[in-house]
Amino acid sequence: MAPITHTQIFHDSSTDLSHRAKWFTGRVAVYGALIIWTVICLFPIYWTITTSFKMAPDVMKGNMVPWWDYTPKWLGWKSLGLSPDTIGTESTVRDEFMKRFLNSVITSVSSSALAVVLGSLAAYGLSRFSYRFGYMRNADISFFFLSQLILPPVVLALPFLVLYKSLALLDTRIGLILLYTLTVLPIVIWIMRDQFAGIPTELEEAAMVDGLSIWGAFATIVMPISLPGMVAAFILSLVLTWNEYFFAALLTSTHANTLPVMVASQTGSQGISWWSMAALSFAAILPLIVIGVVLERYIIKGMAAGAVK
Amino acid sequence: MADTGDLLHTVTNDNLSPRRVAFGRAIMWAAAGVLALVAVVQTLHATGRFDLGFTTWRPTLYAYVFWAVAFCWGQVLTRGEQGKRVLFVLPAALFVISMVVFPLLFGLVIAFSDWNLSSPTGRKFNGVDNLVQMWGDPFYWNALRNMVWYVLAIIVEYTIAFGLALLLNSQIRARKFFRVAFLLPLMLSPVAVSWMVGKSMMEIRFGPLARLARELGWAEPSFFGSPWMAKLTIMVMDAWTFIPFMMIMILAGLQAIPKEVQEAAKVDGANGWRGFWEVTFPLMLPVTITVILIRIIFKLKLADIIINVTSGGPGGATDSVTSFIFREYRDRSNVGYGTLLAMVYLVIIVVAITLLMKISDRWMRPKY
Repeated sequence: MAPITHTQIFHDSSTDLSHRAKWFTGRVAVYGALIIWTVICLFPIYWTITTSFKMAPDVMKGNMVPWWDYTPKWLGWKSLGLSPDTIGTESTVRDEFMKRFLNSVITSVSSSALAVVLGSLAAYGLSRFSYRFGYMRNADISFFFLSQLILPPVVLALPFLVLYKSLALLDTRIGLILLYTLTVLPIVIWIMRDQFAGIPTELEEAAMVDGLSIWGAFATIVMPISLPGMVAAFILSLVLTWNEYFFAALLTSTHANTLPVMVASQTGSQGISWWSMAALSFAAILPLIVIGVVLERYIIKGMAAGAVK
Repeated sequence: MADTGDLLHTVTNDNLSPRRVAFGRAIMWAAAGVLALVAVVQTLHATGRFDLGFTTWRPTLYAYVFWAVAFCWGQVLTRGEQGKRVLFVLPAALFVISMVVFPLLFGLVIAFSDWNLSSPTGRKFNGVDNLVQMWGDPFYWNALRNMVWYVLAIIVEYTIAFGLALLLNSQIRARKFFRVAFLLPLMLSPVAVSWMVGKSMMEIRFGPLARLARELGWAEPSFFGSPWMAKLTIMVMDAWTFIPFMMIMILAGLQAIPKEVQEAAKVDGANGWRGFWEVTFPLMLPVTITVILIRIIFKLKLADIIINVTSGGPGGATDSVTSFIFREYRDRSNVGYGTLLAMVYLVIIVVAITLLMKISDRWMRPKY
């Protein structure tokens, strides 16, 4: 029996091989770029988390990896009163922090909710009925709402400072809530208009034939359908209002300070106690990181609404 | 911004009884009367005619809210079905008008007066003095020039964002992970970012970025030392937070392009590069314009990072208009002058944005 010789009959031609190689380098380049940008995006967050567990020598030596080149300590969190051994005890810093945190939660949630309610109603009205207000038609009214986006906060800031002073709304949560609602309202209207335009009017017509009033049709038929859009608008408003600093810095002083104001005030005063600053910063951004990871698709939906017409 | 959706056309027969209409009119006028009365009384009190013990203008505010509610209700009572429709837009419109138009008018008054909150003399009308002062204020012009540079940086941001969007749109694994990771910077508050990046990572001695720069051969890295370096650093930090925003919008635009278009281009022999420049990019033009316009609008509000990292320094090199006015108020309580600067800024913005929209409109039209 003759030995079976394995001679290959079909070869990849050299052009095909070069194609493979090109494809491969293409992949490497794509993933390389993706990974580099991921590092750019995530490293500051990683750095903040790890720094909040460092001690002074670790910071100075530039140690990066916990348990590898330094031992994590609760130092930063202890100064906030949030470490395991201080959580049960009294801590003025923690009380302060919780107060600011609560202010942030209350102002951002209620202003976002208010903006979504007002904005959805207006967007629905504008997408369904034709209005005339003087010379203003629907398009003009829409433009009036959306043009508020152009208004830089600094234009409103000083008049509001004076107005709020005479109305005793300075340094109150309600004052902040009203202003924040104003700043996010155009964005909500933008998203919701897009949302309602995608719902066929036959649905409401059918509901109204069945005897519902227009508000009844809105509440029972349209609202449930457009709920994802409302959630998207709400989340986006939440992000913007939670991070808002400018108005909060100008209009609050002791009672209604939000978290960004607290973070900003600590930056100047404490010099180089990095671990507590890191802990504070991280505590301030943590809620939004959680929201970003969990509700990512709503945020993207909200932002994408404006891009594609 | 085209009109969206088809309109809902329904015919309803309203038989409003005359009594209902009369009642509706009555409450609207009554509420307006109450508002006027309270306002007049408070004005008299404020000008010192007689003392009623008011400490704030709250009563007028309450009367205003009362009037607004009565007005909405009156619309439904007097106009029936039509009133119910108006009720959808009315609350938002009233809210915006009272929160924007009124303060803006009030702001105009402030802008033309000499008013320092810390001085006991109060407000004094001073005509165009503030304008004259602005004309000779090198720091304000400097801040405006800086804004031009900051806005120009958007081109670079846009390029990077487009590249990232293309990457995310290509055939990759773990797309969701990358999307979340790329999105995260947008979620962080600028104030926290100023500390995390500006104050700690760029710290000259221990910051990881400074270490990296030393590794790369920059002997004495200082990110805020020279004016241009500082400006550049601020641009980078702002870009870092806002590139995800542009990226997501561009990605949405890319995904809305039908795949067939690219395939057709490929069949016609276009390679990747030409396919991009001659098919994808022109199709993306409307999205591009929207994205850049919105980004410009956001960029014009840039302040938080500057206030917290450099507070305008060195020598005003990083000042944006907003941060400059912020300090003008914080350091000098100069409300009148600050408001005038803001008003001028608003006028410039409105003119610039209108021009930009007109130009982009004209530029787009012959193609489609």
